Order: sequence, then C-alpha cells, then structure tokens
Amino acid sequence: MTDTTPPAAPPFTLPKYPGGTGAGPRPSAALTPKGFLARNPSVLWFLLALAVLTVAVTILSPAFGMGSMSTSFVKTLGKTLCLCLAALAMDIVWGYTGILSLGHMAFFALGGYMIGQWLMYARTEEIVVQSLATSPIPATAQEIAQGVGTQIFGVVGGSDIPLIWSFAHSLPAQLALVVLVPGLLAFLFGWLAFRSRVTGVYLSILTQAMTLALSLYLFQNDSGLRGNNGLSGLQNLPGLAETSQDLLSIWFFWASAAALALAYILLAWAISGKFGSVLRAIRDDEARVRFLGYPVEGYKLFVFVITAVICGLAGALYYPQAGIINPAELAPIASIYLAVWVAIGGRGRLYGSVIGAAFVSLLSSWFTGGRAPSIPLGFYTIDWVDWWQVLLGLSFVGVTLWAPKGIGGLFDRFRGLRTPDRKGAPLGPDEGSLQEQEAVE
Amino acid sequence: MSALLEVSGVSVSFDGFKAINNLSFSIGPSELRAIIGPNGAGKTTFMDIVTGKTKPNSGSVTWGEKGQSLLTMSEAAIARAGVGRKFQRPTVFEDQTVAENLVLALKSPRSPFAALLFALTGEGRRRVEALAAQVGLTDALPRKAGELSHGQKQWLEIAMLLAQEPLLLLVDEPAAGMTLAERELTTAMLVEIAKTRAVVVVEHDMEFVRRLDCRVTVLHEGSVLAEGTLDHVTKIPSVIEVYLGRG
Ligand SMILES: Nc1ncnc2c1ncn2[C@@H]1O[C@H](COP(=O)(O)OP(=O)(O)OP(=O)(O)O)[C@@H](O)[C@H]1O
Ligand SMILES: [Mg+2]
Repeated sequence: MTDTTPPAAPPFTLPKYPGGTGAGPRPSAALTPKGFLARNPSVLWFLLALAVLTVAVTILSPAFGMGSMSTSFVKTLGKTLCLCLAALAMDIVWGYTGILSLGHMAFFALGGYMIGQWLMYARTEEIVVQSLATSPIPATAQEIAQGVGTQIFGVVGGSDIPLIWSFAHSLPAQLALVVLVPGLLAFLFGWLAFRSRVTGVYLSILTQAMTLALSLYLFQNDSGLRGNNGLSGLQNLPGLAETSQDLLSIWFFWASAAALALAYILLAWAISGKFGSVLRAIRDDEARVRFLGYPVEGYKLFVFVITAVICGLAGALYYPQAGIINPAELAPIASIYLAVWVAIGGRGRLYGSVIGAAFVSLLSSWFTGGRAPSIPLGFYTIDWVDWWQVLLGLSFVGVTLWAPKGIGGLFDRFRGLRTPDRKGAPLGPDEGSLQEQEAVE
Repeated sequence: MSALLEVSGVSVSFDGFKAINNLSFSIGPSELRAIIGPNGAGKTTFMDIVTGKTKPNSGSVTWGEKGQSLLTMSEAAIARAGVGRKFQRPTVFEDQTVAENLVLALKSPRSPFAALLFALTGEGRRRVEALAAQVGLTDALPRKAGELSHGQKQWLEIAMLLAQEPLLLLVDEPAAGMTLAERELTTAMLVEIAKTRAVVVVEHDMEFVRRLDCRVTVLHEGSVLAEGTLDHVTKIPSVIEVYLGRG
C-alpha cells in the first residue's frame, strides 16, 4: 500500500466555537503520555493473582509440596490456564475487533497436533530403539523407521510414515509448525474472507464451516494423523521417561502460567495504545475507519492471524497435559464454547475473558465429571452430566440479555465506574436546532 | 489552475436505475463548491464514488497533478491520498474518548505496525489540543464521545476531519440539525477551510448556500443541470422547474 503523500497544507485558523473555553489550546491530562501500568491497572492485579495461584499450586503439588493436590488436578489447572490463553485471543478478535470467529479452537487443536506429532514420534522411536537394542545386530535406520511406523500407524492399518510426519523427529521443526500451521491457515482463510468483506453472521458461519471441514478431514484414516484415534500418549516427554508425571505436571503448569502472563502483558500493551483504539473503532464502525484511511482488512487479517497463532501455542501447551488429541477437539461446538466463555466473562476486557474461561471450564468439568450432586425432584432427577449444557446455555442467554459486560462487569462496581451509555438514546438534534424538514425550504 | 479532482463521464446504475448519469465535475486545489439538487438527485452517490465506496459502471475519476485514477483504489487508500468525508449523521466513535477520536484521525502512518508503535509526540499533542480548543472540546477531551451532545459530535467530527489534513473535504449536509448560531459558525468555518484546500458541500438549504458565496453545481437525476453562481443558476428555467416541481 503506497501512500501518495499530499503536500502539507498550510495552517489555518477557525472561528471559535461559542461554548469554547475562550483561551487558546490548553494542555490536557487526557493526552499526557502515561506509563504502561497506569494505563493498564489490571495487569498488575492479574499478574499478582496468577503468581499467588502458581505458588499455591506448587506448594500443594505432589512434586514439590504437601501433595494434597492430585497430579490430575494440577493438570486440570494447567489445562485451564491454556484455555484462558485461548480466551484471551478470542477476546482480542471478538471483544475488541468485533470478529465473531467460531473457529479459533481449530487453531488450538492444530497447535496440539503439531506438538503431538513430535511427542508421539520421538517417544515411539525411543521405545523402538530400546527394544531393538537387545537384538545382537545393531538396528538399521530403516528398521527403526519401520518399527516406528508400525507402532504409530498400525491402528489405521498402515506402517508407512506419511509425508506430513517428515519433521516429526525434530522438536524445533514441530515447534515452528505450531506457529506456522495455524498462522498460515488463518492467513489464507482471513485473506479470502476479509478481502470479500464477509462480516457478521456470515463470517461466523464460515469459520464454523472451516473447523467442521478440518475436523471431518482429520477423522479420515488417510489424513495421516491417525483418523479418529488421534494422537495419544502425549503426556510422556521423549527423553524424560524417568521423570514422573508429578514433576511433569507442575512443569507444564508453570509453562502455561508463564505463557498466559506473557501473553497478557503483550496483549494489554498492544491494545492500550492507538492499535487498540483502531480495533475498537473497527468493531463499532468499520466503514468510518476506512474513510479515516486505515486498511481495515489488513488490521482484521493481522488480528486474526496473531490470535490464531496464540491459540496454536495454547494448544501446544494444553495437549501434552491432556495426553491425547483427536479430531473431536475440532468440533464446531468447541469454538462456540470459547465464545461463550468470553461472553460470560465479559468481552472487551482481557481479565474478563480469563475469568470466564477459568470459571466456566472448571465448573463444566465439575458438573460433567459426575461429582456434582444430582438433584432429586421426586418425579425427575436432575443429573448434571446431562443438564449442565442446559444450564450453560441459559446462563449464556441470561448474560447476553441482562449482563452484557459479563462477570468482568462486576469489577466496575469496585472501581466506582459507571460508563454513561447514550448508545440507545436518540442521536437526534438538540433543542432549538433546525429540523431537516425546515432546512429543505 | 489544474484540477485537484476531475470526474468525467461517470455513470452508476443500481439494478438498472441510473443514479448517476454521465456526470462530469471538477474542482481546483483551494476551491469551495456547493452541490444542490432535489432528493434523490445523486449527491450522496456522487460522494460515494469519489471516496471509493461505490464503483461506477463507466467514466473516470482522477486525482491530483499526476492524474492518478481513484477508481482502482480502496476507500482507505483514497482517504490516505487526501480525501476526507463528513457524513450526514455525525459518526464519531462513541465508545472512545474525544482525545482517542482525535488521535485516531490525526494524520500519521496507518498500517497495523505503525499503530502498534505509535506514540503521541509533542507535535501531535499540540495539534490535538489546538483542534480541541478550536471546536470548544478542550474540557471534553477525557470524556467519551458518546456523552457529547449532537452539536458537539458534529464539531468533533469536523475536528477529526481537519486532523486528517485532507486536501479535499466532502461535506454532506453539514447544517442539518444545527442551531442557527451553529450554522453561521459552520459557514464561516467552511469558507475559512476552503482558503487552503478544496471543499465540496452538499446542502439543501439555499440560505446556507448563499452564505457560502461560492460556485454552485446543480444536480438533477444524476447529471449536472447547471453550474455557476447561486444567483445565476437560480435564474435558469430548468433549475426553477426542478425545484418548483418538487413542491
Ligand atoms: N445502494 C443503492 N441501491 C439502490 N439505489 C440506490 C442506492 N444508493 C442510492 N440509490 C438511489 O440513487 C438515487 C440517488 O441517491 P442519493 O442518495 O445519491 O441522492 P441524494 O441526492 O443524496 O438525495 P438526498 O437529498 O435525499 O440525500 C436515489 O434514487 C436512491 O434511491
Ligand atoms: Mg444524500
């Protein structure tokens, strides 16, 4: 995009507005540059809360502390942090930019698949090499590859290693793919969609179609990613066979907390300045932003790709803790849940999305885990495993109707903030102004 | 004086209906021009074409000394080239402060990367402060634009347009919904702005146009019916007929 820079126009003076201050330009505090933390008081509080959580979990963890927390619960919390990271991305793309993407969990799962390939391959190779080491003749590379192939692809009736596993032996390569695959897919999709100015519901439907198509493709056995079996055994880190899951779980928890903290700081920085102002402007009136000279499609694409990459990274941290990934993870409903979390937490503020994701996903695993007590009504028993979905759906509707700011809106009360909201009010002319009808005369 | 904007032989049809029919128009670098015409004459559509919102079926629109075609450019690129536009309804970003609105409009590199690294320098700050003072919004800088009155929003939008530093300003019915005092100020301001850049004003109100004291182009059914001083065009029988026929 080349600017044809117009020659600078000479300055001019304007007649003074009658309600004006009379005096000349005055410096305004609203324009004084403020420090990062002054502009983002939530960052400190967020980091503090995350630090407290991390210390608490470490103290309670089986690896370093009293062990009153089970390894699986440490993993659940670590996974929750990854979901919070995805929710942060969703908040940027939806809450700030107004693109209701219902496909971001596809990027999350793709990140998981990419790291999963390395985890599964390298670990299987280790096992194969070990078992062949007992034979008197040293195993050839071909024998090892064949062994690995049979081990991994036996379930889908094959032993050849598909082309898309070409880099699976290399951690750096697969880490690069964690970024590149979601990033490129988002770029391609976004480029096509935004260039044709697809917006609103149509864009949401397209993103659903994308994640559904991807999921159906991965379900096929010849997709090269083990069809509906997915990738498994991801909780075992290659080269660390001796390390206990107790230790691994807390390591991953730390990594997830660090990633969330880093992303929070970076995103808070990005949206606190003019960039965030442009995003919110695009959300509220994208045509107007175009007439200000901003390449709206470029901004949308940028945000879409960056958030897809964040989701990919979150997925890469999530699935080693989950241990398994399969195409069901890309089901359209997963991305809808992501939007629901952000809506319940309060979109348009970063901590809101984190709170929403943590709160709803933990609650969800409690309800669906069969631990929530059933409610006997005499004629019917409310079994939460089935009814949780209904409750979630109702809360979503409730939040949308009565508390559009979500849980995050509660924080405004602490800060004594009430945003005067004239949005619904008529924008009509003030008293005494000439109406358009008169003007026509 | 070579033209800043040259529109020639442009036609647009919506589902077979010719909203603009072989329209030609040109304006110099520091000229004030009023466009009048009955409802549906195609005035807003004309602005849509110049700003890239609507692509014409035929004709050409060229810009600047080099005669660059605007037809192949996006809305954003046209705006960056120096065409500013004010809509009929005040459109400011209600959820953002007056200061943020002005900073958004302030002339600066527009790419995402530039926006990420943007910092309001002393120069830009002074410019925003000066603009705010000029439209009487200094005290309103930290307030959300949505809290402003209708008139204040109009002024904020005008200040945003000026912050953009356009070479050509397209203003659609600026006086609609303004008080009489505000209208007088607006006229004075448009005349003042037109000393340094081109301004095209679409207006229904003849009194308003008279005060602008500039060349007038009369549009009717998508083409130019007459052009000249207001006194000149209002004496042309066909113009009188168009306006009288409208009742
Ligand atoms: N997107 C569109 N699709 C179909 N018809 C349109 C479209 N935009 C404008 N028109 C028609 O083109 C004609 C010119 O419209 P335009 O808005 O340019 O008129 P105008 O001169 O601005 O009128 P007004 O004084 O009412 O603002 C009208 O008959 C209008 O109905
Ligand atoms: Mg109009």
